[in-house]
Amino acid sequence: MNTPSTTISPLRKFGWLLRREYWENRGGFFWAPVITAIIVSVLGVLGTIASVLLVNRLEDKSKPFLQMGKSSLHANSSISDPSVLGAVGDGSLLSGIAIIALVLAFSVFFYSLGALYDDRRDRSILFWKSLPVSDALTIVSKSLWALLLAPALAIATGLALGVVMVLLGVLNMKLIGVPGGGAMLWNTHYFRVALNALSVVPVYAAWALPAVGWLMLCSAAARSKPFLWAVLVPILSATLLSWLGALPGISMPHGTIWYVLGYRLLLSVAPGTWYIDETLIGRLAASADSIESPQDLMHLIDPSRSWHLFAGSDVWIGMAAGLAMIALAVWLRRRRDEA
Amino acid sequence: MSAIVARNLTKTYGGKPALDGVSFSIEPGRIVGLIGPNGAGKTTALKAILGLTPFEGELSVLGMDPHARRNELMNEVCFIADVAILPRWIRVSEAIDFVEGVHPRFSRAKCEAFLARTKLQPRQRVREMSKGMVVQLHLALVMAIDARVLVLDEPTLGLDILYRKQFYQSLLNDYFDEGKTIIITTHQVEEIEHILTDLLFIRAGKIALSASMDEVAERFTEVMVPPERAEAARALGALDERQVFGKTIFLFDGIGKARLAELGEIRTPSVADLFVATMKGTYA
Repeated sequence: MNTPSTTISPLRKFGWLLRREYWENRGGFFWAPVITAIIVSVLGVLGTIASVLLVNRLEDKSKPFLQMGKSSLHANSSISDPSVLGAVGDGSLLSGIAIIALVLAFSVFFYSLGALYDDRRDRSILFWKSLPVSDALTIVSKSLWALLLAPALAIATGLALGVVMVLLGVLNMKLIGVPGGGAMLWNTHYFRVALNALSVVPVYAAWALPAVGWLMLCSAAARSKPFLWAVLVPILSATLLSWLGALPGISMPHGTIWYVLGYRLLLSVAPGTWYIDETLIGRLAASADSIESPQDLMHLIDPSRSWHLFAGSDVWIGMAAGLAMIALAVWLRRRRDEA
Repeated sequence: MSAIVARNLTKTYGGKPALDGVSFSIEPGRIVGLIGPNGAGKTTALKAILGLTPFEGELSVLGMDPHARRNELMNEVCFIADVAILPRWIRVSEAIDFVEGVHPRFSRAKCEAFLARTKLQPRQRVREMSKGMVVQLHLALVMAIDARVLVLDEPTLGLDILYRKQFYQSLLNDYFDEGKTIIITTHQVEEIEHILTDLLFIRAGKIALSASMDEVAERFTEVMVPPERAEAARALGALDERQVFGKTIFLFDGIGKARLAELGEIRTPSVADLFVATMKGTYA
């Protein structure tokens, strides 16, 4: 008889599954945000150089005007107001995060779409299935990457890019001679922005769950071309339903149909799209006018505002639908016979 | 307890039976050659055994229903389902780390010993390997797993003859023991003939022959008959006959060896010849 088999706890296996996902997808999870950050930083440096050159040329040609401008800067006390500089710094940090969040939207979209399809296409699924790892655990590890780990990595990269943007801003002000510009460096609320951004990760996970679930379901179900299935099925059915609504005697809730099929199944992979939901959109339009004080900018990613989402039924229904679709993907992957 | 028992195992694809009420049993400590022409149902049978596909009928592997208890079963069963199916992005070192991380019966030392006989480097990715190297890596990973049932579906396709010989040698010497069961399918029957203990021929979804190698040697006899005795031999009802150098070679099933020896020189047929005789008319 063989030696009695020691067992490996599901938690340890899960750890290896997470590592496995990272090995396979470090291009999307790590390199895409990092390379984007590097490119944006380089563009920022070029922009700084360009602005300095421009100011120097202007200074030669039109000294009087510039003197006037500078003195008016002095006169406008708010530029040296630390709270304004801090808000500009916070805005730079946020813009860094926003740029990487856009990259995240694409990498999560295509990751979820390929997660249960690529290994079926190259048949390596048969290798994974020859190991004592359940399909459910595998799919949970993939969902965790899409919903929590990839966003966390993206926010870390986005913050680093934000810091570079703040430094470039300070450098720029120093070089063109804006007095007191250096104060931005220590008036920016790094920790507050970082904490706020990180606290949005669970909101993202809850919000993106139906979209990630749908994409993974397509990834598990499609015999080929999961992208077409994932995109065309919701768009065409929404179109069809809208078109039916045009017939006399049938009334269709067009807004809701497009919101559910287009926005929640597909576009919700993009971070921040929860701000633009049906009810919030009006509130946001109203509050856009009210961004007057620097503090208002912070409210944009104020966690309490994002966490507000959980007060509505939308996100809960979405989560339930997302979990159901992931469960269906597990079932399909178990049943699917890859001949 | 039998390692594998199938009773009336059936699997249909789109109304066409790939397995048509198949029954067989495989004892522990056997090396079984599952042999059949293309499309006979070999791969379907293996998939059912590995729990990769739902099926009808009864099937038990190590006492478990392979589809219902697949996760448990994979602790005890290992397989190479097809050639070159390792993920293209993985590195040798990552593959070893992962299998070690999730498989309780994997031995890193054994795997590294197998890899030492190849040119594979730890940092090398599958996509940078030749087809043969991918198979070498896969075999090294699988041979380092102390599984109770090992299923090899065309394991040596793409390997040169030197490595193939070496592989079957170490499969027999380093891997196999009386507690293990190995099922092999291959089209290169001659190469595994000497390591098999049992034969399972499958044809059009049905078992055409199920016998141990000893039974095969007992039952089947090949006789090289000179032309003047050919008619007498034919009268005994041969399974197959073919011409070689002006003599006729007859293959008989269940005819006494002493009687056949009177007709000409007798010997035990090779698995390949037996296979050809059994499968006659498959593509007709």
